[in-house]
Amino acid sequence: MRIFDPHIHMTSRTTDDYEAMHAAGIRALVEPAFWLGQPRTGVSSFTDYFDSLVGWERFRAAQFGIAHHATIALNPKEANDPRCVPVLDVLERYLVKDGVVAVGEVGFDSMTAEEESAFRRQLELAGEHDLPVLVHTPHRDKLAGTRRTLELVAESGLPPERVLVDHLNETTVTLVDEVGCWAGFSIYPDTKMDEYRMVRILQERGPDRVLVNSAADWGRSDPLKTRKTGDAMLAAGFTDDDVDRVLWRNPVDFFGQSGRLLLDLPERAAADTFEGNSLLRGERATARTA
Amino acid sequence: MTRPRPAPDPATLAALDDRARERLTTLLDDVARDPLRVRRHFPAAAREVARGPLDPTDPDGLRGPTVDDAVREALLVALADALRGDPDRLAVEVGDLYRYGDAAEKRAVLRALPRLDGLGGAGLPLVTDALRTNDVRLVAAALGPYGADRLDPAAWRQGVLKCLFVGVPLAAVAGLDRRADEELAGMVARYVHERVAAGRDVPEDAWLVLDRFPEALPATGLAGELHSPHADRRDAARRALSGRTLPYPGSQED
Repeated sequence: MRIFDPHIHMTSRTTDDYEAMHAAGIRALVEPAFWLGQPRTGVSSFTDYFDSLVGWERFRAAQFGIAHHATIALNPKEANDPRCVPVLDVLERYLVKDGVVAVGEVGFDSMTAEEESAFRRQLELAGEHDLPVLVHTPHRDKLAGTRRTLELVAESGLPPERVLVDHLNETTVTLVDEVGCWAGFSIYPDTKMDEYRMVRILQERGPDRVLVNSAADWGRSDPLKTRKTGDAMLAAGFTDDDVDRVLWRNPVDFFGQSGRLLLDLPERAAADTFEGNSLLRGERATARTA
Repeated sequence: MTRPRPAPDPATLAALDDRARERLTTLLDDVARDPLRVRRHFPAAAREVARGPLDPTDPDGLRGPTVDDAVREALLVALADALRGDPDRLAVEVGDLYRYGDAAEKRAVLRALPRLDGLGGAGLPLVTDALRTNDVRLVAAALGPYGADRLDPAAWRQGVLKCLFVGVPLAAVAGLDRRADEELAGMVARYVHERVAAGRDVPEDAWLVLDRFPEALPATGLAGELHSPHADRRDAARRALSGRTLPYPGSQED
């Protein structure tokens, strides 16, 4: 089973996790920029974090045979702190980079005016840089937050197929499906979704425009939940091809819209098992190889 | 414009296909017209022009530049030309490209430093920053010709020792013959002793320094490791010294 985890915060994870992920079939991932648990108080904390996402963490993942990508944004929670908002002015330095495959996580946390303003500005930046968008939906009042999210996306004029609305559940998935955005589900040990409810949703709505992630971070979470979802799909009668579509081809299709995926793995690390080796999605310029 | 911008290095052009060469020309013309455009073109250069190894035996560009390094160097040379007469601005612009660069961009800046007329010593803080990382690509590029000419002896020696630690081939180190000294050899010898005392293998490249300063290794306790009561240490010492005789008595023992 080859797996692409489209949302996982590896900065918070250990090398044991990387080893276990590789053993479970995970060969690529996207690490969205988000809140670190401890609130930041200034712009340079963000830029150092972004540097880590496109630098050290990518290097670290490569040691374990996993292709690492990032999404970059001012997250909704910290959009409420005026000391952090000026980070919006340096985002463009990062949005032009290889391996930066979307603007995100953007969206709502507490549905404030400040969050909405940062959200709008970053939807514009996604348009300017021809990047997809990863939208976080709030933990509290999720239905209202999802509705308002979809209104702002519609106003932005971005094509819905370039927008991923994440952390959905049974009560919010239909809204997202109706407008044609991609639906993201985070499979967690306690909160959010679990793999059996995920299978039920897949049985009901099919495998189109759906991404399944572990969203593993510094909280109680499990970086192998993508694999466990694949196993639960097979146990429920889905085919290997269905699993490959949901856990590999769908994330490659969605983030491939950026033209920035870096699926050329370091061959020393994992060439023996990696089926998608030397695959680079989107515009590719090649050197003369003769 | 009365003055043509500098042409890219012929070796760079030879590594590109027609489409990539045309794209590079467009980007260089754009930077010549408006130097600030480098902020967009430099990060995007690998996907927009070309990427990959120049030397297939050096896929990560540890010993020499990759294709994307060469393309990015051409952009930086064009930037330096466009900002000629304003070295302060050049230093800020190059420093920011490094500051906001991912590892591939940082590596390209480090490699280009010796080619940037007008930069002078303003690139040295970028070199020392790179030497503080543990990313082999950056450590290797930091010890290129610019670092070889400008790092003070202590920093340069620490950089070379770090190469042995993290697995950067010493072929990446410019001016090794010129700058290696007894003090470096002593540091390398003590490192080799530490490895052997832990029962571990010694990087082959250590000999590139040690063979030139034959007094360094005997000054450590390494020879004593051949007679260690612990088999793993004895074996490690034999492996380390295999093929080398004097001045390491006992190194040919079975």
